[in-house]
Parts: sequence; structure tokens; C-alpha cells
Amino acid sequence: MTVNPMTAQEVTEKILNNDQLFILDVRNEDAFQDWKIEGKGITYLNIPYFDLLDGVEEILDQLPSDQDILVVCAKEGSSIMVADMLSEEGRDVSYLQGGMKAWSEYLQPVKVADLNDGGELYQFVRIGKGCLSYMVISNSEAAIIDATRMTDAYVAFAENKGAKVVHIFDTHLHADHISGGRKLAAQTGATYWLPPKDADEVTFDYAPLEDQEIVKVGDTKITIHALYSPGHTIGSTSFVIDEQYLLSGDILFIDSIGRPDLAGKAEDWVQDLRDTLYTRYKELSDELIVLPAHFMTIDELNDDGTVSERLDTLFKNNHGLNIENEEEFRKMVTENLPPQPNAYQEIREMNMGKINPSDEDQREMEIGPNRCAVR
Amino acid sequence: MNSTKVLDAKGLACPMPIVKTKKEMKELETGDILEIHATDKGAKSDLAAWAKSGGHELLKDEEEDDVLKFWLQKG
Repeated sequence: MTVNPMTAQEVTEKILNNDQLFILDVRNEDAFQDWKIEGKGITYLNIPYFDLLDGVEEILDQLPSDQDILVVCAKEGSSIMVADMLSEEGRDVSYLQGGMKAWSEYLQPVKVADLNDGGELYQFVRIGKGCLSYMVISNSEAAIIDATRMTDAYVAFAENKGAKVVHIFDTHLHADHISGGRKLAAQTGATYWLPPKDADEVTFDYAPLEDQEIVKVGDTKITIHALYSPGHTIGSTSFVIDEQYLLSGDILFIDSIGRPDLAGKAEDWVQDLRDTLYTRYKELSDELIVLPAHFMTIDELNDDGTVSERLDTLFKNNHGLNIENEEEFRKMVTENLPPQPNAYQEIREMNMGKINPSDEDQREMEIGPNRCAVR
Repeated sequence: MNSTKVLDAKGLACPMPIVKTKKEMKELETGDILEIHATDKGAKSDLAAWAKSGGHELLKDEEEDDVLKFWLQKG
């Protein structure tokens, strides 16, 4: 029987189609419990590869014969070994090419909308880690918001669209993933904008992104309007694009809200978070479409693969926007928080330019889910 | 620590560090200590989990110049 590699892109397409897929995850139990490939049609079996070194006979009857089987491990080596063993037993299986590392790094570009005058807005779904970044294209110019470190993907996409990257923004100093902003600016010559209140300690030059700043993309009417919205960090800034789309960064998500503790200042920033969500955002148009910087579960993906929702719908349905009592709100966002993202302090230092880890170390730092929200 | 044997698994990618460790442990007597040197970062949690499921004891582990060292006592 044959063993085929399956790419992260192929797995993503199966998830977006709600296809059935059986995953034999051969990482150790802790790694599997912490973070795995998620999808509505996915079923799992987790048996560490080191328990299968003497043979796979014992698990054969636990594998379905009527579905695709994908063997998954951290980097691919162990999954190939196990897939080969299953193949020798007569089973047709695939392994995830590049393992969970490749899964963590894969970006799926999804079109959100056509904008004024032929402009386009794309959401880059980092499906393995739940990070969302954005590209606005207008009149041969492109702006990128909250870029991941896989910068080549954006450069190639913009080139393919015949657009030159001229502006790069981060909504805040990220703590869950490494920003690609600085690298992308060096690659493209674009201006790298950061909220100055988050950039006290950064070691490189940037353009300060102030409240109410308006940046144009292309020479049409597409504007990126900055809106100071602190709470997840003290500098957190949202963007209103083309007067229709609200990029909410890590302040507001589809089914959760931002956590204020990742820079160690939860108590100080609770009031900012409250003011942003309950006052500043309330003053915005109900009809804005919210585009957050993360999703937490695969259920937040729309049928077309985007992660987005109208602001008025979120005001109605998002629990974090419906806590009248301020004390109760304070408790929710400061107590019983989920674990912090893997290596979040090193990631913040890296994003400030203070440390410069190898590519391999950067991958290790980003292992696991993003964990930027409280529900 | 008195190692009975040293296994050099540096430069090997998963699953080889554990495959080799398992092979070496077979040759040892109960109570013997195998010292393992590896560079694959995943080896740390995998070795600990494997040792536990196999009834061995991970006595100590340390990191020195990007080399992970483990002392594993056969159970």
C-alpha cells in the first residue's frame, strides 16, 4: 500500500469543506492535549509513536476503513515511520508533510470583500494557530496588517496581484506570535507602523501610529483609519478600512474578548479594555464588519472560510460585551484566565527587537494555540 | 553521575533518538544508567513520556550548549 504526503493546504481544504478525516496523532499525550488539528469532520486517535516502535498490529482495528487516515507528528519523521508501518500492514494512509510545524505556519488567503474602485481585502487565515492577518490592495499598492513571520507568503501574494507593499501595520505588540512586520518592511521597503505606547522598548525605527491617523492605499478612496483602543495592550489600535471593516486586533473576537494580562498589567488595563469595548466601540457604526486578529475555535470560521461578523451581532451575542456589572467584568478578565501562550515573554522581546533567535528557535517559540482571549 | 553507557544521538531527528534509546536500554541490566546526548528539542518531552510508559526512571536532564543530556535508569 502507498504512503502519501498530505500538505497543510490540502488538510485546510478538507476542513473548510467539512470533509471526514481520521487523524492518528503520534505525538506525546501532553502535546496532543495542548494543541491539535481541529475541524468539524475530524476524528482522532492519539497514540505516541514511541508506543508503536514494536509494531502497529494492536491499533489496526481502531482505524476506520471508510475514511482518509492522516498520521500526524511534530515534524513529520515519526509520522512517516508509523505510516510506513501501517502501509506494510496493508493500510492506505497519508502523513502530514512537515508535521505540526508546517501546520502552524500555513497561511490560507481568503477574500473578504471587494472595496471601492477595484480594491480588495484579504484575510490570511493561519489555521493551525488561529492567527488572522490582512492585506488591503488598491491601485497596485498593498497594505498588510498583523503580518506573521511567514513573510514570503505575503510578498508572493502581493506580487501575484501586481501590487507593491507600501504600508505594514501591527495593531499592537504581539505576545502569542512573532510579528513579520519588521522583516517584511526590510524585504519590501514599506513603512512599518506601530502604536507608540506599545513601542517604548523597541530597538528599531518605526512610524508611530497615532489615534485618528489616516493612511491611504493606492490613490483611490480606500483609507485605513486608526482608532486608539487600549486594553489588550496599552497601545492596542483598531482600524476602520474603507469605512466598512473594523479590524479589532486582539481587543474583540467573534466569541470572546481580549485578555489584558499578557504584558503583566491586567489590573491596570482592565478599565481601558472596558472603555474600549463598552464605550469606544459602541460609538462606531453598527454595520461595521468586525475582522479580528485571532479565532479560538474552528466553529468561528464562516462557510466561506473567513472569520468575520457584524458589530451589532457581536454586541448582541458575544458574552464579553454583555456584562453589565463592572466588577464582574474585572473578575472575568483578570481571574481564572487560560494559560498564557507558549514562550510569550520571549515572543514579546523578539517583537521589540531585543533578541534574535534562529529560525528553528522561532518555530519552537510559536508552538501551540494563540490563547489571547477570555470567554 | 555514573553512566553505564553513553548514547550519542546528536543531530538525529525524531523518532531516531527514541528508537536508539530503546535499543540501547534493551542491552542494559535493571538499575543501569544510560546517558543520552541529543539535539532534537522534541526529545525532552518524548523521552520523559516514553520512560514513564516503559517503567524507566529519568534521573536527571540538563541542557549544555544546545545539547540536551539525559540520564535514564533502566527499570
